Amino acid sequence: MSAHPLASIREVGRYALFVGRLLAETPRALLRPGLVVQQVYNAGALSLVIVMLSGLFVGMVLGLQGFDLLERFGSEESLGTAAALGLVKELGPVVTALLFAGRAGTALASEIGLMRATDQLAAMEMMAVDPVRRVVVPRFLGGVISMPLLAAIFSLIGIFGAQLVGVQMMGVDPGQFWSQMRGAVEQADVMEGVIKSMVFGLSCSAIAVYEGFHAAPTAEGVGRATTRTVVLSSVMVLLLDYMLTAVLL
Amino acid sequence: MDSTARDERIVEVTGVRYAAGERVIFDGLDLNVRRGSVTAVMGPSGTGKTTLLRLISGQASPAAGSVRVFGRELAGQSRAEVYAMRRRMGMLFQQGALLTDLDVYENVAFPLREHARLPEALVRMMVLTRLEAVGLRGAARLMPWELSGGMARRVALARAIVMDPELLIYDEPFVGLDPISMGVVLRLIRELNDTLGITSIVVSHDVEEIAKVADQAWLLSGGRVVASGAPRELLASEDPPVRQFMRGLADGPVPFHYPAASLRDELFGEGP
Repeated sequence: MSAHPLASIREVGRYALFVGRLLAETPRALLRPGLVVQQVYNAGALSLVIVMLSGLFVGMVLGLQGFDLLERFGSEESLGTAAALGLVKELGPVVTALLFAGRAGTALASEIGLMRATDQLAAMEMMAVDPVRRVVVPRFLGGVISMPLLAAIFSLIGIFGAQLVGVQMMGVDPGQFWSQMRGAVEQADVMEGVIKSMVFGLSCSAIAVYEGFHAAPTAEGVGRATTRTVVLSSVMVLLLDYMLTAVLL
Repeated sequence: MDSTARDERIVEVTGVRYAAGERVIFDGLDLNVRRGSVTAVMGPSGTGKTTLLRLISGQASPAAGSVRVFGRELAGQSRAEVYAMRRRMGMLFQQGALLTDLDVYENVAFPLREHARLPEALVRMMVLTRLEAVGLRGAARLMPWELSGGMARRVALARAIVMDPELLIYDEPFVGLDPISMGVVLRLIRELNDTLGITSIVVSHDVEEIAKVADQAWLLSGGRVVASGAPRELLASEDPPVRQFMRGLADGPVPFHYPAASLRDELFGEGP
């Protein structure tokens, strides 16, 4: 973002217009599901390993820290509830979005930026093919669809990780672990996580495709777009997380 | 101008003024392209040759003057109308601009798949015949990064002609090519123009090479046309700007030195 306030406001306006255009083109893009499915694979399936590994380790840390804390109050049986709520409502959507920005977001921005730098977008224009409709919207939708799925997988693997540490290593009763979790985690908690991951997916994907599409057609321009994608997405995810938590709690 | 003469002109640029920010690129540019010809557009670097292509293809609009393509004024056309016009033209970019996630076959098939719902057998026939025309049928399943610069440009040429355009635009088609690849591209420009009955506009610095295939040449400098005619006439011209460019002289109306204060002042005077 530019330091000048007016320039920042203009940039926000350009973002809003661009997102409006993406949303307006979405119904037409859905008529060609093959293009969107390909991008769900690129943004989602190719991020699976990093999301699953991260989910496992975050869940294991949560299991250790949660056990240590709850044991002080003699309520280590509540570990399942604490881990599940923490993962489903907060850590799942937020950490997945940060990982998504780092892996899929940068890939999207650099791919589209390189297409601009190598005249591929201009060539499409010359072939009377709208690059926003053909290139940008399917990638945007691929990200929007992938994010909630990745966040759900992150949370599931995270709960498994917490169980691995809490039950298998620390000796928490497995019946208590699962039954307390089932009793305490409500549908509203899950919906909070789903809404957050959808909003984060929309925001991270929009930032990535905007930065890539508007990158200067040089190596430096593409690098700058990639960096801006990670920085803006991360800040936006944390800001939106606070705002959504305040609204949804 | 009578209507027959106008019909013969597939591109008409009249009194065009165009500026990029503060910098005036064209100031009263007039040129035209005859139907069926190979027309060369030449000029020193930064003289606006690529900008001219952007004006002709509707990617940019002039501040004043008129650009008519296929007999229609481009100014005021909607995006859909510009796209409809572009379907009648093909463009070869400097580096080919192949889509890097598609192989050669799919690159050539790309415009067909985007604009027409054709049976796969017909798409295959059209793609393979175009690749055969540029001598690369055997490379159909290679990816863009497996191609040399010359091959990439030939694939891009096959893609540019797959929709049977009436007008084919080449932006610096010889840049970075070895002599053999350059000869191949030169031959293709002429052959495709004549066998397909299209019109070609070639923007190039390579005076000697383009003179072999062009019917007509326009030399741009300082935002306007400084000479036009058959390439051999331009090569024989004694007009200083034409002579400097056509014979590749380092100094002349286009000075060797970028404008600056005198070297003595810069070295020994008070610094800026």
